[in-house]
Amino acid sequence: MVEITLPKNSRVQEGKVWPKPEGATNLREYKIYRWSPDDDENPRLDTYYVDTDDCGPMVLDGLLYIKNKIDPTLTLRRSCREGICGSCAMNIDGTNTLACTKGCDEVDGAIRVYPLPHMPVVKDLVPDLTVPYAQLSSIQPWLQTVSPEPAKEWRQSHEDRAKLDGLYECILCFCCQTSCPSYWWNGERYLGPAVLLQAYRWLIDSRDEATGERLDNLEDPFRLYRCHTIMNCTQACPKGLNPAKAIAEIKKMMVERRV
Amino acid sequence: MSKTTATRARPLSPHLQIYKPIPTMMMSIVHRITGAALYFGIVLFVAWLLAAATSENWFNSLSAIYGSLLGRLILFGFAWALIHHALGGIRHFVMDTGRWLEKRASTKMAVAMPFVSVALTVVIWIIGYMARGA
Repeated sequence: MVEITLPKNSRVQEGKVWPKPEGATNLREYKIYRWSPDDDENPRLDTYYVDTDDCGPMVLDGLLYIKNKIDPTLTLRRSCREGICGSCAMNIDGTNTLACTKGCDEVDGAIRVYPLPHMPVVKDLVPDLTVPYAQLSSIQPWLQTVSPEPAKEWRQSHEDRAKLDGLYECILCFCCQTSCPSYWWNGERYLGPAVLLQAYRWLIDSRDEATGERLDNLEDPFRLYRCHTIMNCTQACPKGLNPAKAIAEIKKMMVERRV
Repeated sequence: MSKTTATRARPLSPHLQIYKPIPTMMMSIVHRITGAALYFGIVLFVAWLLAAATSENWFNSLSAIYGSLLGRLILFGFAWALIHHALGGIRHFVMDTGRWLEKRASTKMAVAMPFVSVALTVVIWIIGYMARGA
């Protein structure tokens, strides 16, 4: 169901303004969502100033500058710092993306950073991803076959392999998943764009032999059909993939198997 | 999955409040709102038909209300909602066939929506006034 406001314990309060780094001439303002389970406060929006002459060009660089030099309690996930692990997915300047591949120069004014939208917050910028992970395992994202196992590998033509392009690159950062209003309102029952893109990745794999069962599992008013082509997923994907298109292809497969 | 270590209820991270109003999302919202508005608009239309079926008096007084400046403004809004929702329906129909789903194409179509719907509504009203004047 549509929710316009946040629950009482989730409303964001005005936060603390942290002192500017001394002797810095070029400053960049950051406004960052903070919440800790260890006190009784509501979430708040803290203001920090980053010395851009002493900091890398990406938003992740700024966040790590803050963590290392201003406020070590700032909590975030990060790992590869090159857009392949998907750990630092968060909402920056109003859209979901990876902090490590988002340049500070792509943002006008203060850089606003929130955790991925409409998720339970573990701490600061760290959301609880238990539900999307469970949804991912529900579509059984692995090769399923009934034919006798070949002596070597399962073979695939170049053309069939090409069908996986634009799908296999997904790093499961859940930027698309948590950008989708349909997922916000029905996240318990709608599988969401990231999981449906994964579902399609196995549906069109020429080596997979469980296509019918996979489609049966998705044929549900909520699991698949809560997609209303709002397109936030495709607009958000930091890898340039197109979950909306993948979902449209699944819907087409549903129709095609009936005619 | 991992057991929760939360010592108190976790807050829900902000969503609609902070998400950038990108064209595709905004046009999806407007599509919903215009769809809901059509329910109210159709009440006006049914009332007009009822008045016509009741008596000349009823019909004339309702026509006078609809013909007032405010009435015309509301009717214009109704016409726009109808056109916008119809165009949105066509757009979503095409998207369901797998077209117009690329990042740039979908944004272009969404940005065009308000312009095309307003232009079409104005054209229809001009035609309406011309037909009436003639």
